[in-house]
Amino acid sequence: MGKGKSVTHVVDKEWCKGCGICVHFCPKKVLELDRKGKVDTVRLEDCIACKLCELRCPDLAIQIINKQEREND
Amino acid sequence: MNDTPFNFKDYVRSRFFPHMWCPGCGHGIVLGSLLRGIHELGLNKNEIVMTSGIGCSSRISGYVDFHSLHTIHGRALSFATGVKLSRPHLKAIVPMGDGDALAIGGNHFIHAARRNIDITAIVMNNKIYGMTGGQFSPLSGPGKKATTAPYSTIDNEFDIVELAKSAGATFVARSTVFHAVEAKDLLKKAIMHKGFSVVEILSQCPTYYGRKNKEGDAVQMMEGFKNNTVKIGSKKLEKNPNLIQRGIFVEDTDKPEYCEAYDHIIETAMKGNS
Ligand SMILES: Cc1ncc(C[n+]2csc(CCOP(=O)(O)OP(=O)(O)O)c2C)c(N)n1
Ligand code: SF4
Ligand SMILES: [Mg+2]
Repeated sequence: MGKGKSVTHVVDKEWCKGCGICVHFCPKKVLELDRKGKVDTVRLEDCIACKLCELRCPDLAIQIINKQEREND
Repeated sequence: MNDTPFNFKDYVRSRFFPHMWCPGCGHGIVLGSLLRGIHELGLNKNEIVMTSGIGCSSRISGYVDFHSLHTIHGRALSFATGVKLSRPHLKAIVPMGDGDALAIGGNHFIHAARRNIDITAIVMNNKIYGMTGGQFSPLSGPGKKATTAPYSTIDNEFDIVELAKSAGATFVARSTVFHAVEAKDLLKKAIMHKGFSVVEILSQCPTYYGRKNKEGDAVQMMEGFKNNTVKIGSKKLEKNPNLIQRGIFVEDTDKPEYCEAYDHIIETAMKGNS
């Protein structure tokens, strides 16, 4: 189930080079490239905060902040 | 362990970003895994020294907010050896390309392994010389194309794991940038291991290796790392022995570490003087 409400995506479009690795490997198809070829969160409500995009981003351009996880810490 | 949330920006020199690597280059993923691992270990940035040679991979040292030396091609391990002997309390980490580590730097590599000096060598293996325009490397392997091998290379490749093992490295592991979490965990173990540790991480150079060998873009090359590798000893090897194995191949804590052995020699020598 999506964790939409507790998740924030912090994307640095200056650092993103638009390789599409995050878009391809997101299991929930949350991300797309925008018209300028930079990553865009288009279905935040479906995000399960697995962070596979963040882990594999070669540009260190995407961070997934999951409030739920922090509260449980 | 470190329970505070991880933020890349605490560990990099942000003023140099966006970095110089091509879109989709695997080297940035290695950087990410390394920083996350260092965060999880709770290491102080001032306890780490990174020395590197020349190559796209070696450029990592400019991006990290640690002590860093960007030195000469193939010689990063020699510089690291000097630093480590004079400041043995520092964690010495050396990011290297396949060319940097095993072509021009091959001799330094085997001798650092033989001495078992406490350094972590990360070999970012993209099977090509990325920085200088896609020449073949000792890791390309026969049948592979490169700008210097338009009809394909006839050279056999090294197996980095076997080479490191036989040269005497006491921690030897392999992963890929597709397996970024596994790579992070192996890097953590390698950094904490006392002795010479080698972590080979298969990384993609979509710009040269990928294009020349028609392996597709970064995404397809990463799919290749997923499909062509298995954990050590996997059952899948029975059907396909050509699959590349990932995991820890050597973890030996018995062999004396070089700086400690050197300290003992100093002690012995000083006894004669007092
Ligand atoms: C003494 C010396 N010889 C040759 C070079 C040219 N040179 C720079 S980087 C490089 C190879 C880089 O390949 P690799 O180490 O695999 O790193 P990559 O760029 O693929 O990450 C070469 C041959 C140099 N800088 N110095
Ligand atoms: S040339 Fe290859 S190794 Fe160098 S930055 Fe580009 S993709 Fe990476
Ligand atoms: Mg290379």
